This record gives sequence, C-alpha cells and structure tokens, in this order.
Amino acid sequence: MSSVPMSHILFVSTALFFIGMYGLFTRRNMITMLMAIELILNSVNINFVVFNKYLYPDKLDGIFFVIFIITIAAAEAAVAIAIIINLYRSHRSIDVENATEMKW
Amino acid sequence: MSASAIIFYIISAFILGAGILAMTTRKIFRSAIWLLFSLIGIAALYFWLQVEFIAAVQIVVYVGGIVVLIIFSIFLTQQSGKEMPRQSPTKVIASALVVLLGFALTFLQIWKYGFQPTSKDFNWTVSKIGSQMLSTASGGYALPFEVVSMLLLAAMVGCIVIAMKAPSAPSAKGKELDDAKKSMPQTFQFVDDENKKVVPVSEDPGGTSYE
Repeated sequence: MSSVPMSHILFVSTALFFIGMYGLFTRRNMITMLMAIELILNSVNINFVVFNKYLYPDKLDGIFFVIFIITIAAAEAAVAIAIIINLYRSHRSIDVENATEMKW
Repeated sequence: MSASAIIFYIISAFILGAGILAMTTRKIFRSAIWLLFSLIGIAALYFWLQVEFIAAVQIVVYVGGIVVLIIFSIFLTQQSGKEMPRQSPTKVIASALVVLLGFALTFLQIWKYGFQPTSKDFNWTVSKIGSQMLSTASGGYALPFEVVSMLLLAAMVGCIVIAMKAPSAPSAKGKELDDAKKSMPQTFQFVDDENKKVVPVSEDPGGTSYE
C-alpha cells in the first residue's frame, strides 16, 4: 500500500479535475457540460478519500464529505436534466449558445 | 514495484484515458459511455484504497443512477449518432493551454509540499460511519444529514415541477403538435366490457377498426 507515494494518487485526481475543466471549456452541449461537472466532482471525491486515509486515519470526516458530495451531485444531475429536457421542449436545442433569453 | 503499485497505475491510466476520451470524442453517446468507464475506474480506485463502502456507493449512485439518467436524456433530446459541431481551433488550443497551465501550477504545489502519510492504519466500519452520521454530539453529522435529506426532497419535487408539461401555456411548437394531433383521424375505441362490444369514440368512416 505504501509503495505508491501519495502524490501519484493526487496526480490522478488533479489530472481528472483539469480534464473536466477542459470539457467544460470546449463543449457547448449542455449534457456534455454536465458530464464534465460530474468528472470534476469525482476528482474532488478522490482527494477527500485520499487525504482522510493517509493524513487523518483516525477520523472519518473525508468519508462523510464524499457521501454528501455524491448525494448532492445526484440531486444536481436530476434537476439539471429536468431543466435541459424542458429547455429542449421549448427551444429544440440544448446548445448553450442558443439559450440567450436571460442573457444580460 | 509491487503488484499493488502496478494495479494502481493500471487503474489510473484507465481512469485518465476514459476521462480524456469522454471529453474529446464528438459523438455524445460515446462520450457518455466513456464517462461510465471512467466512473467505474474511480470505483476501482476506491476498492484499491480499501474504502469499499464508498466504492459501492459510487457504483450504485453514479453508474446505476446518474449515467443512466444522462443516457436517457441524450435519447430524449437528440440523435445520439450525430456528431457534435467541431469547436474552433483557437478555442481548443486556448482552453488546452489554460488547462495544462493550471494543472502544472496545481501539481507543482502538491509536489513541493510533499504530503507525508502517517503510518497509522485507516480503520473504518459501516457501523462507525452510521453512528457518527446520526450522532448529535460534537463531530456528529446529524444536521447535515437532515439538511441533505431536505435537499433531496426539494430536488425531487423540483424535478417533477420543472419537467411537467404546462397545459395552460403551450409553446409555439407545442401548439403545432396539438394541431397536428387534432387533424389526425380518430381511431381510438372504447371497449365495453359488460356488453362485449366495441364502441367507437368518434364515427370515422375512413378509420380502421380493430377488434
């Protein structure tokens, strides 16, 4: 277990975070942007578990944060998809460039 | 290099490869499937870290719930085989540069700090998690638990309200659909169970009748 240094695990989570950021920057389709957000949230979860396991093994707070983040991510995805489907009904498109009614 | 380390590097390569493909492929359905593989890889990483509870939650919620939801919404909103429009190369290069720079900066900080893991064992059990989750003492998570349960309830009600079709204010496209429905021949029938005969709802000589 200790054969892998902690920074290598953090490398994975950091890389995953920035892959998600890249997707968020380049994609204009709302569903794919939602997927990018899911990747970002997952990378944060990895960080929480790793810090809890290796730095504070006598506590469980990181585990709780992961559980709450997963819960909130599920709620967020459900609401976002409801909004996207409703938007598709009225605009026939889920491209963010086409949803400009509330743009100031 | 021990077997454990080799397994870790395989899992990491799998996660990152699937993640990159999910964010760069131009077919949206493939993107969802690569995301699925990436999330399964993350669950494998949790198994490797020996937090099996979180791994199980990850598989149940993400793989079983969110990805299925995303795939359903892809089917509901567009042709899944169609390619998404290509982004302008300046935008792709600019965002790739920003992302690489951000990654380099962040990882440099992590590398320089050099986290030193403690040698103590991480011992958790599901019963420990459960009792701390519902404990009202200091360090307990009873209040966030209640808040999150209210959030889930609100999200559930909100989803139903948002996705419900508003009958009073139809959109332009919805009105067209309604008109198209009205102009269709009415072939619906009402089957009277007691008299065992078919009662057509509207008399339509052109419509076919099914028995």
